[in-house]
Amino acid sequence: MSDATAGATAAERADRRRTLLEEAVLPPLVALAIALVVGDLLILTFGQSPGAVFAMLLEGTWANAYGFGQVLYKATSLTFTGLAFAIGARAGLFNIGAESQLAAGGFAAAVAGLALGGAPAILAVPVCIAAAAVGGGAVGAVPGVLKARFGASEVIVTIMLNFVVLALLNYVIAAHLHVPETLHTPEIAAGVPRLADLSDAFRGSAANAILLLALAAAAAAWWYLFRTRPGFELRAVGLQPDAAEYGGVDVGRVWVRAMALSGAVAGLGGLNYVLGYKHYYEEGFAAGSGFLGVAVALVGRNHPLGIVIAALLFATLSQGGLAVNALVPKQMVEVLQAVVILAVVTSVPEVRRVLRAALRPAAKPAKAAA
Amino acid sequence: MIVVAFLAQVLRIVVPYLLAASGGVLSERAGIVALTLEGFMLTGAFTATLGSYYAGSPWVGLLAGIAGGVALALLLALATVRYKADQVVAGIALNLLAIGGTRFFLRYAFDSSSNSPRVPGFGGDGGGAVGAAATLAASAQNPLVWIGILTVPVVAWLLYRTPFGLRVRAAGEKPEAARSLGVPVARVRVLAVAGAGALAGLAGTYLALDQHQFTDGMTAGRGFIALAAVIFGRWDPKRVAFACVLFAAAETFQIQLQGAQLIPSQFVEMIPYVLTIVALAGVVGRSAAPAALGKAE
Repeated sequence: MSDATAGATAAERADRRRTLLEEAVLPPLVALAIALVVGDLLILTFGQSPGAVFAMLLEGTWANAYGFGQVLYKATSLTFTGLAFAIGARAGLFNIGAESQLAAGGFAAAVAGLALGGAPAILAVPVCIAAAAVGGGAVGAVPGVLKARFGASEVIVTIMLNFVVLALLNYVIAAHLHVPETLHTPEIAAGVPRLADLSDAFRGSAANAILLLALAAAAAAWWYLFRTRPGFELRAVGLQPDAAEYGGVDVGRVWVRAMALSGAVAGLGGLNYVLGYKHYYEEGFAAGSGFLGVAVALVGRNHPLGIVIAALLFATLSQGGLAVNALVPKQMVEVLQAVVILAVVTSVPEVRRVLRAALRPAAKPAKAAA
Repeated sequence: MIVVAFLAQVLRIVVPYLLAASGGVLSERAGIVALTLEGFMLTGAFTATLGSYYAGSPWVGLLAGIAGGVALALLLALATVRYKADQVVAGIALNLLAIGGTRFFLRYAFDSSSNSPRVPGFGGDGGGAVGAAATLAASAQNPLVWIGILTVPVVAWLLYRTPFGLRVRAAGEKPEAARSLGVPVARVRVLAVAGAGALAGLAGTYLALDQHQFTDGMTAGRGFIALAAVIFGRWDPKRVAFACVLFAAAETFQIQLQGAQLIPSQFVEMIPYVLTIVALAGVVGRSAAPAALGKAE
């Protein structure tokens, strides 16, 4: 995925095509094929016809406006959390904390919205967006600092912080901010339009204008990672931290920056619920979308475009589970999501090995000629 | 009397932590990240419930619980050792698989999305005793409690006093050097992970049989508390056991003070995680984790 250079030779281009095939295209396809087989088996254990179930899944998601709206809504959150994981991963860091970063972002947005009261939307919406980024970014920065300063594993720190941050937010809500008899804050005045406002067909679905923010975030992440100097440094640290350090990059600072940025993007994901859907912060609203972000980034091969596509795929599965629940338990899709992750993560090294082995006889004469 | 009640409750809570965390030590010392303890426990709890329900005997449940934990562990070993998949991502995937899989088959086996029917467990009624004495008596009759307590010295002995333990530690510190000396690193890692699956599966078995049923998501993050204990205890079986007791005591404290409202329960919940972060940042330092932890051979 290096920048396209004008003077690339044919051999380099062929090389790049092969890398793209073995890194980006084949593993997700292999994974989907495996998931399809596992899905068939699960459906058969319930004595149903796989064809009928998968047809029902598609019908309940892409074939009607409500289902499609729900897919878009879920894909919005997953795009943010997928991008968040990818930004960390590109710097060689595993941010497993998107779940709490997203919650912290949503919480900060709700608090900002409450503080602003009835301020006009032109002021309130940007402030809430900024608050979400700062809230998530602050939670994300902590493991970055601990890694840079003390060498603490960001995997463990982000996992542990998930529990700490969620417990802290639950305490603040329960002790100070909840509406009696509920686990959520009062409603805020700020909000963005929902798709249902535009067309009656989407009535009831939660999709909203934060969708556009997610697409903008994907575009911005692509620009940052592949077209700016800090983004280049970030990727350099991810590929070869020692070499980057030798080349004059402050690796610790890049780690902190990458984790803060990753957390900020995850924090923006909280807006989908708080600013776009319910207009309040509620305990547990993240509902696993932080963890699924790992899957989305993995299947999207840590590339913003791939992440948007993978977010749609995983959102379709999530929503599709509800659609087929009458025939097979909706938990089938949770199993399939796990199978997809497992299959991608195992097939990346395996596809590379198999492909290299297959290409070796063909590659040898070429080398001799050169 | 209040001290006895406190200790009885700590014992009841600490058993699954001891089992799962000892498994975590085994796995991490061999170089495989123990993120999946939670999944092993949940799977073990579910298969133990199935075994106990269909055979009508908690002993069959116990064996089934071990089998469930080992099955998921072998899947982790297949992905990370055989196919060299990234350990962190594979671990997360298997946790999701355990959550989704137990829910799916809960519907399949018992047509319920929340819990199984009542199943036979260990332990009697406490022989007519009441209160704390009854809790203690019931614990004493539960073989899993004894297994949990014995696991700590057994794992310590295995790790420090046997050739297998030496190989485990070599696989986790310097796999290349170990292999050049003829240690079958891959096989050692698979065995260590399977051991972790068996022990965490037993931890799940304890939870399910203690409640006499399986409920959706019943491990409720205990696998991660066990992981926290592994790190806070610096990967040493005895120190890890101490960390487990500490975390269990904090939890007991919270339960017993629930009425008093001295400290909000959410703050007590945080204790294991905060301590672990602090330990990672300062006390433990850079060198304490097994050197090859998380790395493919």
